[in-house]
Amino acid sequence: MTETLTGAQITVRLLERQGIRIVTGYPGGAILPIYDALGQSTAIRHVLARHEQGAGFIAQGMARATGQPAVCLASSGPGATNLLTAIADAKLDSIPLVAITGQVPRAMIGTDAFQEVDTYGLSIPITKHNFLVSSVEELLTVIPRAFQIAASGRPGPVLIDIPKDVQAQAIEVSEWPAPGQATPAPTAATEAIAAAAAMINAAQRPLLYLGGGVVHSGAARLAVDLAEKANLPTVMTLMALGAMPVDHPLSLGMLGMHGARYTNLALDECDLLIAVGARFDDRATGKVAQFCRHAQIIHIDIDPAELDKIKTAHIGITADVGQALAALLPAVNENARQIWVDRIHALQAEFPFHMPDAEQPLSHFGLIRTVAACLDNEAIIATDVGQHQMWVAQAYPLRRPRQWLTSGGLGTMGFGVPAAIGAALAEPERTVVCFTGDGSILMNIQELVTAAEQNVNLKIVLMNNAVLGLVHQQQTLFYGERLFASQFQAMPDFIMVAKGCGIAAVDLDQAANPCAALMEAIARPGPCLIHASIDAEQKVYPMVPPGAANHEMIGH
Amino acid sequence: MNAIHRNEQQALARAVLEINVNNHPGVMSHVVGLFSRRAYNVEGILCLPLGNGQHSRIWLLVNEDGRLPQMIKQLEKLEDVITVRRHGADHAVFSQLEAFFQA
Ligand SMILES: Cc1ncc(C[n+]2csc(CCOP(=O)(O)OP(=O)(O)O)c2C)c(N)n1
Ligand SMILES: [Mg+2]
Repeated sequence: MTETLTGAQITVRLLERQGIRIVTGYPGGAILPIYDALGQSTAIRHVLARHEQGAGFIAQGMARATGQPAVCLASSGPGATNLLTAIADAKLDSIPLVAITGQVPRAMIGTDAFQEVDTYGLSIPITKHNFLVSSVEELLTVIPRAFQIAASGRPGPVLIDIPKDVQAQAIEVSEWPAPGQATPAPTAATEAIAAAAAMINAAQRPLLYLGGGVVHSGAARLAVDLAEKANLPTVMTLMALGAMPVDHPLSLGMLGMHGARYTNLALDECDLLIAVGARFDDRATGKVAQFCRHAQIIHIDIDPAELDKIKTAHIGITADVGQALAALLPAVNENARQIWVDRIHALQAEFPFHMPDAEQPLSHFGLIRTVAACLDNEAIIATDVGQHQMWVAQAYPLRRPRQWLTSGGLGTMGFGVPAAIGAALAEPERTVVCFTGDGSILMNIQELVTAAEQNVNLKIVLMNNAVLGLVHQQQTLFYGERLFASQFQAMPDFIMVAKGCGIAAVDLDQAANPCAALMEAIARPGPCLIHASIDAEQKVYPMVPPGAANHEMIGH
Repeated sequence: MNAIHRNEQQALARAVLEINVNNHPGVMSHVVGLFSRRAYNVEGILCLPLGNGQHSRIWLLVNEDGRLPQMIKQLEKLEDVITVRRHGADHAVFSQLEAFFQA
């Protein structure tokens, strides 16, 4: 059947055909035709954020929780520039996102028209790919293609900039393109798999190093199977936490800057590092020349540009890590590896991870552990950025891939609340917890209103130390204790702010029984802010000082 | 540029990259941006459409640098890049242009 449809209607129809059921965004002049068409859609629900950056992170939260591309919308000019941080964040963490922006009409591009910015140019370095749509017909190829690119290979954000006149123009459509799907990933070369298996079988002290790619590939189960079969002690990057339950006997938890001492010392002793879907980020490796200095390296990644980028691999395999692990598994021998496993246990005993005051619910670790005790593995745990993020990464018993949503590569304060809202929208049956800080929460505080409006099942745990804790820590340790611009002179009454935005709030400081108050707040459906004061002097330890090697950690 | 300086420049190891791309207005930004945002100087650029104009070929003259293999991989990742071939600095494409670049 031939229909006459505008570019805006075509866009909405293509999103519907793509299976998109929730989009988030913020309207403005240059995207109003699309909003008008969206308003007529019965299949798609639009969630109005309160800032375009919030919309970008809400979409990210949906994508991170489900693994499927999610969509955000913004107008031209300031709408588009407000999205950029969330897009850059998605790029660094390889999150499939499709951002659609309105643009001034084609005839006005380049004239400094009202709310004109070069969205295409601005987004080149922070997207996997981007499009400036130059005709209404093009939408029929560009939109499915955008989803295909976002989801294929190493996922990432794609931006589609659509001039207003393209949205408004009508054409006849008689045939619809197939929805854009991930294209099959390259498979590992058989010889490379055989060589990798031989290396693993011959290694005395191998370590498995899992990155976010394991989560993206849906390969967590296979990674655990491989570790168990060959008794491979396993470290995870910040992005991979939960790929192996962090309390699994073979898990050494997070590596790198704030990893446990035994974790980084084990890396220093290993003779073979098997990197899977990881990119040797500087926060993970410390001083690169010293990282795993005695080890040969097997590196498996879907993105060929990651191989040999930071560390030259002895065997580099470009493949979907799930496929590569499945091929590796039968080729790897069962091996008790008793000497190495015993050595790991000795390191764990000698250099344990300290969690002071963990039984005290108003300490930083105690609060995190008490929240965890109120929840099961089905909960989703999001964080903002700062000390609180690192403490949660260290102390929360993450046990499931996609349980953990955190801004890794870009480390964006303001990520937490909107990303958690997105996760709660996408998976309404789950409880979502967002650990945030007094600095971070203010960066997207307006999204509390969105949380209230959508009545999401979100518990925001505000760890209030009244400082920009991570900055405070660096200034204390490395800048002669010259604290500057890291302590807040004025502090809002967060309880009143939350209530003013329409969500419930609990102050654990005032609670006669903080544990009971916390349990009650978490169990009550709907959004809630849970406020707790914590000690500003606490540090994230251990810590690899900037520029140092991972085995040169300070603190305990 | 005086003669001595010019000779010095040429003494630096160079490479010529031949890049086949989709021909649309944003492609040049994508390709050149990869270099500029890594502060990797592009010494020479040449670009013309191929055949019916759907595709173009970009020739780049770049310094040999430890980062070049990574640059090539990053180029290959661009959606609009179809192929990348690496040639030696002696490739005719730039040397034949010398006449147009007399000071
Ligand atoms: C958008 C942004 N600006 C600045 C920073 C630098 N930064 C990293 S952590 C931090 C402090 C965070 O403070 P808060 O949210 O209170 O968390 P805390 O460290 O106190 O737990 C700052 C300023 C950042 N990561 N992101
Ligand atoms: Mg703080």
